[in-house]
Amino acid sequence: MNPIDALFQRLRAHGRKAFMPFLTAGDPDLAATSRFAAALAECGADLLEIGFPYSDPIADGPVIQASYTRALERGARVENIFETFSHFPVHNIPLVAMASYSLIHRLGAETFLDRAAQSGFSGAIVPDLPFEESEPLSRLAAARDFKLIHLVAPTTPRERARAIAQRSTGFLYCVSVAGITGERDRLPTELIDQLAWLRGQTDIPLCVGFGVSKPEHVRTLREVADGVIVGSAFVRLMANDDPQSLDAVKSLARSLIEVL
Amino acid sequence: MPQKVIQAHEKIMSSVLANQPDVRGRFGPYGGRYVPETLMAALAQLDDEYAKARADDRFQSEFEHYLKTYVGRPSMLYFAERLTEEAGGARIFLKREDMNHTGAHKINNCIGQALLAKRMGKPRIIAETGAGQHGVASATAAALFGMSCQVYMGEEDVRRQQLNVFKMKALGATVTPVTSGSRTLRDATNEAMRDWMASVAHTHYIIGSVVGPHPFPRIVRDFQSVIGREAREQCLEQLGRLPDTVVASVGGGSNAAGMFYAFLDDAQVELVGVEAAGRGEGLGQHAATLSHGKPGVLHGTFSYVLQDSDGQTAAVHSISAGLDYPGVGPEHSFWKDTGRVRYTQVGDEEALRMFSTCSRLEGVLPALETAHAVAEGMRLASQRGRQDAVLICFSGRGDKDCYEVARLQGEEIGSL
Repeated sequence: MNPIDALFQRLRAHGRKAFMPFLTAGDPDLAATSRFAAALAECGADLLEIGFPYSDPIADGPVIQASYTRALERGARVENIFETFSHFPVHNIPLVAMASYSLIHRLGAETFLDRAAQSGFSGAIVPDLPFEESEPLSRLAAARDFKLIHLVAPTTPRERARAIAQRSTGFLYCVSVAGITGERDRLPTELIDQLAWLRGQTDIPLCVGFGVSKPEHVRTLREVADGVIVGSAFVRLMANDDPQSLDAVKSLARSLIEVL
Repeated sequence: MPQKVIQAHEKIMSSVLANQPDVRGRFGPYGGRYVPETLMAALAQLDDEYAKARADDRFQSEFEHYLKTYVGRPSMLYFAERLTEEAGGARIFLKREDMNHTGAHKINNCIGQALLAKRMGKPRIIAETGAGQHGVASATAAALFGMSCQVYMGEEDVRRQQLNVFKMKALGATVTPVTSGSRTLRDATNEAMRDWMASVAHTHYIIGSVVGPHPFPRIVRDFQSVIGREAREQCLEQLGRLPDTVVASVGGGSNAAGMFYAFLDDAQVELVGVEAAGRGEGLGQHAATLSHGKPGVLHGTFSYVLQDSDGQTAAVHSISAGLDYPGVGPEHSFWKDTGRVRYTQVGDEEALRMFSTCSRLEGVLPALETAHAVAEGMRLASQRGRQDAVLICFSGRGDKDCYEVARLQGEEIGSL
């Protein structure tokens, strides 16, 4: 069974929710990313989302975007990211690649999926590949039991959201706000309505990202979602590879897991 | 040109080439929509509204009204006698888009899209700009229709184009310097898209070229196609026949798309797009996307793009800020692959020389983008006889480039 399916099966059996932090691969460097990732796994993260730095990430806010720029300036390459995670010491945590379609297309979809799978990734989120353009990649991923996780946004009409939920595998990434990634004070109430509606439409796990950074957010989402994705808040802390940053990452992770 | 003439001409243009894109926004394999899900609903709305506007005579008449009374169309077709003499071959004709209000072809698209925004009930427009021409044209259209306008511009470009920054502010727009990534047009486009992600409900994004996700490449091409329709008519009237060659510069490719579209089905007319060869052939030294790039994804569309082997967008260089873009419109990629348009290159030095040649011989200062097209047009004219005609899209005037040209010539114009 694909490790992502196994994860959500296990969590549901125990009535638990998934905590899914996001890391930018290569910021400040790949060795540090691997250490931060291992620390998050030790703290109790259920799944790690690994951002492949891209030069023009239109869905990302300033924090993740700046981390991508730093990683690229320090020479992060797609192949080195695969290489690093093929030696990742923690084996019992699913890895999901967050990668722009530009990178996947350039490498070749089959090569990307094969290299990702060989390196321990169980799925991918392609934030700039909407439903309409995703069929060829979905087919290739399905043939490998590799999950292709689709997104729904607050602006997605309901009929379309239903179709996207049907196409998505692993889980459905529910974007919490109309806008870019980044920390926010509060989550919109429409989000809760949308999640409740989606829950009635599909069995696929619903995970919420964009703007999730505080224990209050997690407490709210616990009731309506199967998992939370926390990106910018961690990426901000991981810009420096030093003991204080590592401590800050761990303590943020613990504070979020506590309320899940 | 009256609406009837446009419709008649479009009816004549029945070829596969002219009937693009398909419903999914594909020009052959190119185009499509590679954007975050958050934008998909807005693109679908835009697609619907535009389809209605396109078929709506009232909308078309309103657009034509502003083109005529505000932009100053039709722009002239001008026989460049001294450039013709200098080249020593075919007669050279300039389609004078520099004579439009705000000094370039950009305003055609901005008027059309601002009218669309009005139709959709969106009171705010945003735009990206490189050298500032599209920003000024967007700010102008926003002022005309009483809309608020925010223009994203790379910090590097803000510094280099202070005059246009001042103009945009004078027109009531907010100019937001973009400090991310390479701090140029590419990043300004990213930032405009990010704004739009959070503001789609009340904001329309006026993209400045035939790039971006469907339906933008089609919308911009349609609004710019007035250039080619007029030029084609004017050639028939003034020369009694079609030109032999049509030349236009290509950055994102909007003036070229607007010029070429009307001639697609005239198989005897050679179409030539001119890219920026910059200062060398290495990645980062030029902006010749179709000549050196490969198909890939950038800014929401599948088209030729300049990338490294990982798919990261490459740095580009051209003396002309308007050509300094690592992507190109998907329709140009289609035209390149089908062979209907030939794409060539002109470098920094040649463009700079032509800036001065054209100014001295014709008394017309070309924009540096335009100077690339004039240089190639002169070269092609010199290879043909006097009975032939070369039509050049004179996309914009060179006032905006005076500071940069002066700096390169070691002079200094008093700062603003």
